[in-house]
Amino acid sequence: MDRYDAIVIGGGLVGSAIGYGLVRARLRVALLDEGDVAFRASRGNFGLVWVQSKGDGAPHYQHWTRRSADEWPALAVELEAKTGIAIGHQRPGGVHLCLGEAELAARHATMERMRAQSGNLGFDYRMLDRRELTDMLPGLGPAVSGASWTPYDGHANPLGLLHALHKGFADNGGCFLPNSSVTEAVASPGDFRIQLAGGEIGASKVVLAAGLGNADLAPHFGLSAPVKPLKGQILVTERAQQVLPMPITTIRQTVEGSIMLGDSQEDAGFDTSQRPAVMQTIARRAVLSFPWLRDLQIIRAWAALRVMPPDALPIYDQSERFPGAFTANCHSGVTLAGAHANLLAPMVAAGMLDPELELFSAKRFDVPSAA
Amino acid sequence: MVPPGASAAAAVLAAGFDSIRKTPVDGSERGPYCMMGVCFDCLAEIDGVPNRQSCMIEVRPGMRIRRQMQARTIDPKPE
Repeated sequence: MDRYDAIVIGGGLVGSAIGYGLVRARLRVALLDEGDVAFRASRGNFGLVWVQSKGDGAPHYQHWTRRSADEWPALAVELEAKTGIAIGHQRPGGVHLCLGEAELAARHATMERMRAQSGNLGFDYRMLDRRELTDMLPGLGPAVSGASWTPYDGHANPLGLLHALHKGFADNGGCFLPNSSVTEAVASPGDFRIQLAGGEIGASKVVLAAGLGNADLAPHFGLSAPVKPLKGQILVTERAQQVLPMPITTIRQTVEGSIMLGDSQEDAGFDTSQRPAVMQTIARRAVLSFPWLRDLQIIRAWAALRVMPPDALPIYDQSERFPGAFTANCHSGVTLAGAHANLLAPMVAAGMLDPELELFSAKRFDVPSAA
Repeated sequence: MVPPGASAAAAVLAAGFDSIRKTPVDGSERGPYCMMGVCFDCLAEIDGVPNRQSCMIEVRPGMRIRRQMQARTIDPKPE
């Protein structure tokens, strides 16, 4: 039986970021991946490294997101230097466009709440009116009333990130085991035996990073990961010369020139089919924001399942019954890659999550609601 | 000259051109290849519309075919 210091179950953005952080801390790590039968939230993301409005009502999540976005530039530089793979991270700030005065007022209220909840961290935002926005964004549609902007937002190439994390993982001695479903798991404190089709492997630590797959895996390790699928759809246009200087919540232009259009949320169970009505809604709002988008050809569109915990906040937990077992789930695997590689992985390596992550424990779902 | 029903890509090749576009990634030259609408190497600006698959468009007298020079431009008019 092959023994490792840590086994990470799930080779997507969350698992590979944690795995990368662990091998960087000189642990012997096996990174398991089920294969393309998995739902792969890592192919359903938009590429935003987004801070604005994350954690409204949950200051601990606002702080965690900010810290992750602040880790991002150094992580991207490090990965590019080590692997030669372009990550394309840019952090020009980002805008959330508002169509109509009601949307604008609601957004302003949200931004004020974020600032009030930010505590010592502070929260720097600006509400921009049409006049200011038209200086920043070309060809803004007449339906746009204004926007919120913060300097913390940015975007990157998520496929480049995933590729670089995997290459960095392998180059640092990590062992990637693709097409390896977990058929059985035996957990004891500090000792985990994982049965794969090709044999058994063992480690003193295990990290569950299998996205939607965590729901079934977690109980075997004395953990709980009550996550559900949330379908999203994306449209991608033909490549064009750079015209958008910064990302918008639902519209971003990639380094290669394609313009990506989102966003949508459908509670459709495990169905991954595209729905024209949703695609129309995405396209309609995009064209209201920038009428010139109308002339671009859509060359690709897809639907994917993302991971949604019950309150939309990440779940980070360590098993009390089987110390050494950890679980990590989130909705924002791109944004949180900085935190997962640079903050969470060192905690796992040390064998214990920092007290600041206690609020992210799944125990919060057991609290009976007030009568 | 090309026979009736020929594609714009065929007309370009018949006129002696090897290359119809430059790629957006590094500007290397490309010419029509599969001639059946699956390779996207025949992209050209046709009658003012960029990135058209010229092999899928029947050539007509007076049709304006221009080379697709890397990524298309956008004219960001607000209306």
